Amino acid sequence: MTTLADPHKESFRLSMLLNDTRYRSLTFQFIALVAIIATMAFIGGNLVRNLAEAGLNISYDFLGAQAGYDINQRPISYDSQDTHGRAAMVGLLNTLIVAFLGCITATIIGVVAGVLRLSPNWLVRKIMAFYVEIFRNVPVLIWILIIFSIMINAAPAPNAFRGDEPTASMWLFDSIAVTNRGVYLPKPIWGSGSLLVVGVFIASIIGIFLFRRYARKQLFDHGRLIPTFWPSLALLFIPVILAQLVLGTPISLEYPALKGFNFRGGITILGSLIALWFALSIYTGAFIAENVRAGILAVSKGQTEAAAALGLRPGRIMNLVVLPQALRVIIPPLISQYLNITKNSSLAIAVGYMDLTGTLGGITLLQTGRAIESVLLLMLFYLIISLSISFIMNIYNNTMKLQER
Amino acid sequence: MSDTHAQSVAFVRETEIPQSPPPALEAGAVKWVRENLFSGVFNTVLTLLALYVVVRFAIFVFPWFYNGVWEASSRKECIDILREAGKGTGACFAVLVDRWDHLVFGFKYPPEGYWRILLAFLLLLVAAAPALFSSLPRKLLMFTAFYPFLAFWLIWGGSLWLPLTILGLIIATMLVFRLISSQIPVNNRQIVSGVIGVICGAGLAYLLFIGAQELVFIANSVGTEGVISQVAYGVFWIMAIFTFVFCVPMGIFVGYAIYNSYEDGGLVSIVASLLFGYLAFVYLLSPIWMALNSIIPIELQAVASRDMGGFMLNMLLGTICVSLSIPLGILLALGRQSPMPLIKGVCVVFIEFIRGVPLITLLFVANVMLAYFLPPSSNFDLILRVIIMITLFSAAYIAEVIRGGLAALPKGQYEAADSLGLDYGQATRLIILPQALKISIPGIVNIAVGLFKDTTLISIISMFDLVGMIRGPIQNSTEWTSVYWEVYGFGALLFFVVCYSISQYSQWLERQLNTSHH
Repeated sequence: MTTLADPHKESFRLSMLLNDTRYRSLTFQFIALVAIIATMAFIGGNLVRNLAEAGLNISYDFLGAQAGYDINQRPISYDSQDTHGRAAMVGLLNTLIVAFLGCITATIIGVVAGVLRLSPNWLVRKIMAFYVEIFRNVPVLIWILIIFSIMINAAPAPNAFRGDEPTASMWLFDSIAVTNRGVYLPKPIWGSGSLLVVGVFIASIIGIFLFRRYARKQLFDHGRLIPTFWPSLALLFIPVILAQLVLGTPISLEYPALKGFNFRGGITILGSLIALWFALSIYTGAFIAENVRAGILAVSKGQTEAAAALGLRPGRIMNLVVLPQALRVIIPPLISQYLNITKNSSLAIAVGYMDLTGTLGGITLLQTGRAIESVLLLMLFYLIISLSISFIMNIYNNTMKLQER
Repeated sequence: MSDTHAQSVAFVRETEIPQSPPPALEAGAVKWVRENLFSGVFNTVLTLLALYVVVRFAIFVFPWFYNGVWEASSRKECIDILREAGKGTGACFAVLVDRWDHLVFGFKYPPEGYWRILLAFLLLLVAAAPALFSSLPRKLLMFTAFYPFLAFWLIWGGSLWLPLTILGLIIATMLVFRLISSQIPVNNRQIVSGVIGVICGAGLAYLLFIGAQELVFIANSVGTEGVISQVAYGVFWIMAIFTFVFCVPMGIFVGYAIYNSYEDGGLVSIVASLLFGYLAFVYLLSPIWMALNSIIPIELQAVASRDMGGFMLNMLLGTICVSLSIPLGILLALGRQSPMPLIKGVCVVFIEFIRGVPLITLLFVANVMLAYFLPPSSNFDLILRVIIMITLFSAAYIAEVIRGGLAALPKGQYEAADSLGLDYGQATRLIILPQALKISIPGIVNIAVGLFKDTTLISIISMFDLVGMIRGPIQNSTEWTSVYWEVYGFGALLFFVVCYSISQYSQWLERQLNTSHH
């Protein structure tokens, strides 16, 4: 009779670091660590030597120095006396503005185009396919430049609005002026009591929310279908208009008017912002359209047929059955498209819109000569923006995910 | 059967009714139009709206295109020609004729060398064919492997012997690898391994010693002013001490590891061939090609990198960066899947960093920053630096695509490979990657198309690619100022043709590779 002897305990040998899988990964990582440190030593040594040779040092003091350049689009107050740091903040806000606007419009364009690509109408389907292919296969920089030159050449100059018989006219009861320098919109003037109107507005939004919840409860508990669309619309506008009338129009509008060579007053949206915004939305919209199409196609036909068998109308099938399921497929690529818009907004520099790249990575870099500091800070800003967008959208994605057992 | 009902039914048809044609509204083109264009009120409105858009677009664009002037020397002349002909609107395509060379080849490439670019482009199609279409004979891949050397010579010029010598040295290095790993008997290999182990160990220890000194140098130049500097000073000193302590043990250990691999020969043959290749490139390359060139001179006019431009530059960057970034992307993806925390961490940080910043900031790095990180004596020109940064950029994206492919493989494939006794390299090479890459091909092609489009961004750091040519020399010239549509339209058309063909190829390939049955 044989008994299994305990395997004799091996003492540690140097070759086990290489041949024993228990230790090998540690060995590899140790070697990798040494290699990383050696690379850092190489790069850092070069950096120190090159900086010493050029008589430079790494310092972020320049952010506190006077910038001395003007920025044409300022969401916060800024003039050339302010610091480089404040200029960078203005640029950051400009980046966020164009990225935010772009995300909203690109989503709208993309969803519409994506749904229309699956339309039973042959002509519409083909036009949308044409749109998607044309925009997806040409660089966004070329689109930005094309749309910018449309803005400059096709829109009338402010001069055209002058005189007794102007060649151009303003839109919407003389409130919006589209010129080749930009678009001028009416600006709200917050008079006394405007806080009350805003309060009424917020209250009516909460009211709509509660009303919808009530309608939903009625539907689920008693099977009564209460129309929500028109009452919500009424609830949104009527109280605010009433409050405006009762309080004597506390919120008034300042209209842009032609003074001197240009329009004054109102809100100015620069042509470069509009060109960039429009180009980014229509370019990214083509990609989103493809995602939306893929998402809708991913919902199996049986779902549509089952919904139809239950007696739902086509619009309700889309809203209640297909889109909620398609959304799970659409959202992850949508997040990366939003990130793409944010990153592509850095092409603003090509049309002279002063975003983060234009201020910090453009004029500040050239004026101060602080190349390394500026570029590193620029990357850090973009990294923070990208990471926070993907963080927020991932939370949203997790709430939308199918709850599986 | 009809006779059974003969009494109860008044009339029974005994013959078939001849088939009648379908109603006019339910057949042919009419039916198609009814079903596809006017199948309801909503659809009819949509169709009319779409027709209106198409017609307006055609009315706007067609005369402009049709009246286009192809022969003129300036925009003013174009307008004059149009006015004389009494045409209201018309394109000025003359700019394309006049500046064709600039748009395609850039404005500095010697005109007598244009054939070289065209030939390189045609050969690119030939070289790419066997990689793209698996039905072509595999022997053509030999040409694909040879193509980069040929293309380098054609585009950059100089002596043919330089790329040929490089090719020869690479082949020699591979032969060294083959020789050591399979030709030398184990007893002799033990001696070879010992020698190479000693050389490499000593070399590594020396390099690490230099690195440690460098770290001390960095720490001292950082100084101790301010909190951040103090922290950096401390970190660099810790790293320096770490390197000082471990330089000799690391050298001994790596030397021993190389010696220890004499039995299977894997590590020692890799290290020996790398060592051979390095020495050969440093000490043999220039004497050999210069000697060969002095015996039989085969030379083309040399063209500097900064003289490349136009659409050619976009093609050049696109091709080079995509082909370089695929292997790098595979390595990054494998690194991200690795169970080793350090390697995984490095890959994750690299990938997420690159994916979080816009390409334009990386091009700024190439333009103004990268030179600070390279040795003072080295002079990498701007194109090379841009190639490095774009390659890193697309490698991060490709790594994510391949990671998706790796994650999509069933776990059974990994386990099956393990149970066959394959080691990590074999399993990855033979089982995992072929399947993972197949899944990720459409994604890789998407990245490649995106990257090719993104090469236009180099115009922002004032390089003269297609967009840079248009924005710079053409629109700033006195003859062609304020010409927009024609040039941008042309640029858009060129990119569209290339990108659309690639994406069509990708869709075709997807259908080919789809081995599942529906």
